[in-house]
Amino acid sequence: MGQGNLTFKGGVGVPHFKELTEDKALERANEPTKVYIPLHQHIGAPCEPIVEVGDKVKVGQKIGASEGFVSAFVHSSISGEVKGFEKKDTPTGLGVNCVVIESDGLNEEDDSMKKYNDLEEVTGEEIISIIREAGITGLGGASFPTHVKLSPPEDKKIDTIILNGAECEPYLTADHRLMLEEPEDVVFGLKAIMKALDVKNGIIGIEDNKMDAVEAIKAVINPDDNVSVAVLETKYPQGDEKRIISAITGKSVPSGALPMDVGCVVNNIGTSKAIADAILRGKPLYERVVTITGNSIKEPKNLIAKIGTPFEELIAQAGGFNSTPGKLIMGGPMMGAAQYSIDVPMIKGTSGILALTQEETEIKEPSKCIKCARCLTVCPVNLQPIYISAYSLEGIFEKCEEYHALDCVECGACSYICPAHRPLTESIRLAKREIQANTK
Amino acid sequence: MKENIVENSGSNVAIPDLLIGSSSPHIRTEETVDGIMLDVIIALVPAMLGSIYFFGMEAAKVLILSIGAAVISEALIQKVFKKEVTIKDLSAVVTGILLAFNLPSGVAWYIPIFGSVFAIVIVKQLFGGIGHNFMNPALAGRAALVSSWPAAMTTFIAPRAIDATTAATPLALMESGGTLPSVMDMFMGNIPGSLGETSALLLLIGAAYLLYKGVIDLKIPVIYIGTTVAMLFVLGVEPGLLIYHVLGGGLILGAFFMATDYASVPVSSNGKIIFAVGAGLLTAIIRIKGGYPEGVSYSILLMNVATPVIERYTAPKLFGRVD
Repeated sequence: MGQGNLTFKGGVGVPHFKELTEDKALERANEPTKVYIPLHQHIGAPCEPIVEVGDKVKVGQKIGASEGFVSAFVHSSISGEVKGFEKKDTPTGLGVNCVVIESDGLNEEDDSMKKYNDLEEVTGEEIISIIREAGITGLGGASFPTHVKLSPPEDKKIDTIILNGAECEPYLTADHRLMLEEPEDVVFGLKAIMKALDVKNGIIGIEDNKMDAVEAIKAVINPDDNVSVAVLETKYPQGDEKRIISAITGKSVPSGALPMDVGCVVNNIGTSKAIADAILRGKPLYERVVTITGNSIKEPKNLIAKIGTPFEELIAQAGGFNSTPGKLIMGGPMMGAAQYSIDVPMIKGTSGILALTQEETEIKEPSKCIKCARCLTVCPVNLQPIYISAYSLEGIFEKCEEYHALDCVECGACSYICPAHRPLTESIRLAKREIQANTK
Repeated sequence: MKENIVENSGSNVAIPDLLIGSSSPHIRTEETVDGIMLDVIIALVPAMLGSIYFFGMEAAKVLILSIGAAVISEALIQKVFKKEVTIKDLSAVVTGILLAFNLPSGVAWYIPIFGSVFAIVIVKQLFGGIGHNFMNPALAGRAALVSSWPAAMTTFIAPRAIDATTAATPLALMESGGTLPSVMDMFMGNIPGSLGETSALLLLIGAAYLLYKGVIDLKIPVIYIGTTVAMLFVLGVEPGLLIYHVLGGGLILGAFFMATDYASVPVSSNGKIIFAVGAGLLTAIIRIKGGYPEGVSYSILLMNVATPVIERYTAPKLFGRVD
């Protein structure tokens, strides 16, 4: 690990488990025969379907739209026939309206989006409308619509665009592989964002456990791109938006404020690649890289998979399970969402499907807090998880608020490090929900 | 829970109908409370062996009585209170060893037993058990013993002595103007004193292990010892004698193994600094202006008591907040 690489205060060294997939080249997943595309995949207004049962659709055809600005359109990921609409549980929601499409096996592409050869051909405004049209959302996990992020109010002057290549979650290698295999697209996407916001400073932050990616990106940067690479210390949660800004620029985003308040916009590597796809190839966001991994998976791999493909099929393409899984997680083990079933479709925010073994999932019995203060040391927000958690478990939520529970980013570092295996993050999360419910 | 076999996932593995759906994070450190306590015990082994080397089987007797009484009294009081018996977390063993380290060899058999029972039952279990002791249990036990048997608690045996001759500790000699041992003897532990305070070398070997394992960090010990030295200098102690103050009087033992007790020191980083500075000032003042030549245990106990107040005023500054 390189000395003196950029970092933030706090945080914790977690085991990477990246060796399972970091050397596995991107592979295209088998064509799904049927997809379930959720009309609501993230924060913001749900989409209304704009197709009807029996309609023929093409790959990349828009099938769901919304009038709301904070929303992202959804597109078909295959060509075929709309079979119907079904309320289905998705990785992030219960009973979400999904468009069910059966493949005709032809993979005919929709060509309604224009293709451009380079950034000279488009204006900044056009870039943002292309991004909106392509339904691009943040691909790191939270899935916030990208065009909203790129439309700051007039009074917020943006001076730095950061691409987040930290990929600090253990197990996940989707961004790592993209940086290695598609560095031109990654940098192109960043330059598109810079043009859209008229910013002359683009920085790609990469943790120092991915030096090959650092080299790959550096090799495709031209001197007049105004783009540079920042090598970051490998430490969790280096990829948290406010942490990566702090590590790279030294600026602290105020509590309750957004990155734009310190002149920064942060986007994920996958998002940047999706932007390049939209501009250069007229391709909306209907597929993405998913790391299928974990010790319960026979052949962990990085798949380019289509939105709406059932988890079950993707797991099968990674050789299936080699043992009865204990937990199935969408995303990484620190912040990912546990799934109760393999019968869910992948969504835009599915960066990984992680299957932990039953032994790895075994819940360790919490013992009494010994006040070792490790939770304070690792908290990237400088909270005192020990006390917020204690008050939360007693149901004294006003005290939790006094101890700034609402500033918690739920990164999980405190729960991870606790030698007494206490449910720190979990109880603080509960306190946050209670406080928010009471103020509404 | 009903289980079904999912055949099209490429392998005939049973998948529960309902997988575990607990909230994140989904992985946990391998470290445990028992493991931390075991590390502390391992770190104390060199000094334990040293105490037996310097003071013979009398030292072993004190150790056995002290540890035994700590563990047995913890188990018994938990049975009486109908609580889960938690002696397997090894914290009572740590308390037993640390109390023995604060006792002179050759004390009557009931002294270590009384001290351990007081430390475990009164200071630890009555206040809620592990993590809830508001004072360092071993030091509180020692304090109770000093006030109950002041003579026995301050009668020290010369090291490697065949006939158990009594001798004064270096810091007591300094007050009375006697001939001091060599600095090398101070460092190695070839001096009169309580079981665990004599050999700086063996204590530092243990401390290095705890630092390596991440059980303690240098903040409290370094600031504590540094402040003590600075304050002693301010109070007019000759620079040549400062090394005796560092190596003697239990300062190394106190700074690395007692003032780092998790439960009785502040959790915040600034709180730890204030704790260490306070303990250092008090140690120097007690040694020079007070009635005890050592002063370490009362300094730490006083700062233990001040800990809740220190914590109240030293909450860490939140990321991105100016207030």
